[in-house]
Amino acid sequence: MTGSFAATGPLAATGMIAAIVLTSTAGEVLTAAAMKSIGDLDVIRAHSGLPGAIRAVLSSPLFFAGVFFLALAFFSLLFALNHLNLSLVGPAAASLTVITNSVAAKLFLKENVDRRRWTAAALICIGVYLLAH
Amino acid sequence: MLTRCLATGYGVNPWSPVPWPLVPKRMSHRLKPDQYLVLLAVMVCAPLGDSCLKRGMALLPSISLTHPGALIAAVFTPWIALGIALLICFFASYLTALSWADLTFVLPATAFGNVVIELISYFWLHEHVSWQRWVGVFLITAAVGFVAQGPSLTTHPDQLPDQRQAAIPSATEAL
Repeated sequence: MTGSFAATGPLAATGMIAAIVLTSTAGEVLTAAAMKSIGDLDVIRAHSGLPGAIRAVLSSPLFFAGVFFLALAFFSLLFALNHLNLSLVGPAAASLTVITNSVAAKLFLKENVDRRRWTAAALICIGVYLLAH
Repeated sequence: MLTRCLATGYGVNPWSPVPWPLVPKRMSHRLKPDQYLVLLAVMVCAPLGDSCLKRGMALLPSISLTHPGALIAAVFTPWIALGIALLICFFASYLTALSWADLTFVLPATAFGNVVIELISYFWLHEHVSWQRWVGVFLITAAVGFVAQGPSLTTHPDQLPDQRQAAIPSATEAL
């Protein structure tokens, strides 16, 4: 683990991973909020066709805010990979994002994250960690 | 106020008939077969797209940042073009799924992409997969099974399914 921090300190590494996790979570939550406010895309597509569905998505400011944060997350990942090992950044960012997404979905989207979903989030965290090692 | 806007679309969604929930939220509905197909596309398209990109980039000579035009040209090679098409399919499916399911319901489907990559590695590329990875595959698969058996959507009072369905045609007409 310490080898992963060779070029940077643990504080800088934590900051880089936190930046990925936070921007990614903001992007996912804003995108989800946008799609909820638009409504069922299958129904819109059935009613107005594919152009109508695309127009509905592209007319949502929340969608563009979400895409902006997802782009920030992508560039944060590139920056972190330039300084840290993939074996550290990949599993850490992926597993922490699952947890922060669940917390953010409960807080901001008011989703009912029941015991079943918390268990699934924990299993995914451990599973992603094991797949990376 | 921000959390109210995000949760209900109030202030963002012009078709929301009620500004804030007056009765408690509840979980609702099971998925239709075609909605399971959308989730399957979410699970499969991302790892397949990434694999195509990796295969396409491996076939190309090393690209230097001093020649960024080579990256543009790479987009038009068959494997990379196929990878981009699959990733576009993934994003479209992901957005569609988020329009009728909770984020915490769709998350395990995206995580299942890791399992698909492991299965491709083992069965197609004949790579060695350690027992730790098989345990990881099992845990993520179990997580998907857990969540898939539960309800897909938290219904807020201003977005009860019947009201929501009724609001959508008028929304599309407004477009």
